[in-house]
Amino acid sequence: MDFDLSAEQRLLEQSIDSFFTGSFPLSRVRECYDAQLGPLDDLGALHLSEILIPDAYGGGGGTILDVAVAAERLGAACAPGPFLGRALAAYALTTAGSDEQRSRWLPELASGQRRATIAIAEPGGRWSLDALQMGGPRLTGEKQHVLAGDAVDLVVVVLADGLALLELGADGLTTVDTEVLDRTRPMISVVFDGPDHERLAGGADAAERVLQLGAVLVAADAYGGAAKCLDLAVAYCQVREQFGTTIGHFQAVQHQLADLAADVLPARGMYWYAAHAMDCALGDAGGFASLTKAHITERYIAAARRAIELHGGIGYTWENDLHFFLRRAVFDRAYLGPPELHRQRRARSQLAEAPEKARANGQLART
Amino acid sequence: MDLTYGPDYERFREEVRAFLVEHWRPSAGSRPAGAGRAEGSADSGDVALFRQAAVAAGYLYRSVPRQYGGSEQPPDALKARVIKEEFEAVRAPMELRSLGTRLLVPTLLEAGAPWQKERFIEPTITGRITWCQGYSEPEAGSDLASLRTTATLVKGDGEAGGRWVIRGQKVWTSSAHEADYMFLLARTNPDAPKRKGISYLLVPMDQPGIEVRPLRQVTGESEFNEVFLTDATTGADWIVGEPGEGWAVANTTLKHERAWVGDVSESDRLMNSLIRLARQTPGPAGRPWIEDQRMRSRLMEVQGYVEAQRYSGYLQLSRSLKDEPSGPLGLINKISSTNIAERIAAIAIDILGDASLLPHTGARPGAAIGPERWMYQYFGSLGSAIAGGASNIQRNIIAQRGLGLPRDTVLPGE
Repeated sequence: MDFDLSAEQRLLEQSIDSFFTGSFPLSRVRECYDAQLGPLDDLGALHLSEILIPDAYGGGGGTILDVAVAAERLGAACAPGPFLGRALAAYALTTAGSDEQRSRWLPELASGQRRATIAIAEPGGRWSLDALQMGGPRLTGEKQHVLAGDAVDLVVVVLADGLALLELGADGLTTVDTEVLDRTRPMISVVFDGPDHERLAGGADAAERVLQLGAVLVAADAYGGAAKCLDLAVAYCQVREQFGTTIGHFQAVQHQLADLAADVLPARGMYWYAAHAMDCALGDAGGFASLTKAHITERYIAAARRAIELHGGIGYTWENDLHFFLRRAVFDRAYLGPPELHRQRRARSQLAEAPEKARANGQLART
Repeated sequence: MDLTYGPDYERFREEVRAFLVEHWRPSAGSRPAGAGRAEGSADSGDVALFRQAAVAAGYLYRSVPRQYGGSEQPPDALKARVIKEEFEAVRAPMELRSLGTRLLVPTLLEAGAPWQKERFIEPTITGRITWCQGYSEPEAGSDLASLRTTATLVKGDGEAGGRWVIRGQKVWTSSAHEADYMFLLARTNPDAPKRKGISYLLVPMDQPGIEVRPLRQVTGESEFNEVFLTDATTGADWIVGEPGEGWAVANTTLKHERAWVGDVSESDRLMNSLIRLARQTPGPAGRPWIEDQRMRSRLMEVQGYVEAQRYSGYLQLSRSLKDEPSGPLGLINKISSTNIAERIAAIAIDILGDASLLPHTGARPGAAIGPERWMYQYFGSLGSAIAGGASNIQRNIIAQRGLGLPRDTVLPGE
């Protein structure tokens, strides 16, 4: 029994944190909002998007928990760039590619020569596999909210019946830039008019697992962001003075922070387990990933809003960094579908007709 | 990351299972696991025999020395957890969960005099004597240290050393009407600072100076009482620790096994009951509530909190096994369980509909009780936000001890 991160995973956390403290503080994240974001080569050199690519292809050979831990620290740092898209594309090629496809693409992805992202959503908020319309031999239609930037040039497309791989400049493919709320996650739309593409060997099951990993990584990002919002709020309340003392003395403030801590902090193990369940291919992995995504992204929204409130007027300014987190929280909540969609998915697996384990039979409501 | 117990503990699990197969016949006791027994009655024959066997095998009262009726096992949180899982799986009775076993026995083990351990521990864990807790007073609730009940040592003629004479009033005293003894806090030095003048005394309940008046709770039932102490007395040596050390004695950090850390079995039980209620109760358009999309979403929202608490518990257990801290998580457990119970209560009354117009005891005497029995949980969940440290006190503790905010409020146990 050791439900905890390994020494290697703790080192990974520390190395990511020290990179952001030293080279990528929130003042540089601000470039997303106030300037043009420069190249992300130094962030890319951490090779976090390639953790899941096997050693044999030059990748990190890591586990889903490894990449989820990285996602948490990226969330805490509000890290810009298409990490999520690249990690999901790498996973798709690793788990759904044929041997030939893996040999051809994974070394190029691992070395960073080629950068792939993932295309999922179709117009009308269609995020889940059973709602997607694109599929079959000829691809037509539009994929929205495709993570982009940082020289992404390949796209793995999630289809109703599997996965396909395309070059972003291919004939029959048009990309449209879009404005985004969370500028740490630049996105494009991609319009398909029968472009050449190759199918990955894995089918709908493989596509489903890619979406599950997405839910886990978004939840991890959200945990990192939510816990960071709590930290920022606590730190501010320790220094901001009103009525002759720091506002952290006031019980109303303490109780808001305590409730926030109680809301957010227990959820860390939940995304750990969601990742672990995928690593071990446990039966409830899909439903649990969905429940985790719904739960933690809502906690993130609440944490970001409360942190801004506790900062008072300064929290409501563009110059304060907190809005980066609220925007990111809104992204995490909406990307891959809202909490409602994910709770209904978990409800289907948990509330299936089989009755609950009836341990509590007969002692119904007596506490 | 490893959620398995490993071969040594799985072997131990097999031992526990074999023991249960040999010794536990579910028909022997009617009460389910974990429900414990009410204070005030000794074990019935079969259950008492089973517990004796379980103690002899080293499964119950593991932190209590053999000479006092325990099984005296080295602390091992994983073994304790395996025992709990296996006993619960077949609903075998575990340790009595009385106030005496939960609070007094660990305190005596830490701070009691040898004669006190000798005299009280074994009868307490077998249920032959029962205890009530005399802490709260009308003017000393969350601010317990401001208690006003006094105890004065009066040198008398009879007993050597005299007797403590106690005057004051205690309140919210569960089981006082059936308990044999009370462990109480009283002020023995009125001139000392608030926390320094308090002593921890053991007092027989059956005496003229003690009057117990039942208090009726919001549920309509009477499980706790007011206790009036009018020149009640107890022996001079019926004090645990030294005079003036009562505050520290009452807050003795218990070295018992931490198998219950972040335990979610109560939340699981409530959640499963709620889902069963949703299956069995007609909702919109006469279809079971469980088919209602919005209801399913609400159920899963609470399930999210239960799962967060479950894995927070595993994290805390793992850290405690390694003697590593788990930050504020341990301080959050109580409010998490309370919040879950309150969310469940809010969903339950929606499912109940018109049944929520009835008391939990049913519409008519003697008639079958339907889903309205949930109204007991509806009120009871509120009790958990108050009893054992009100939620607002828990928030102070989380903020000040967990998040490092300024300590303007004096917290319990400091």
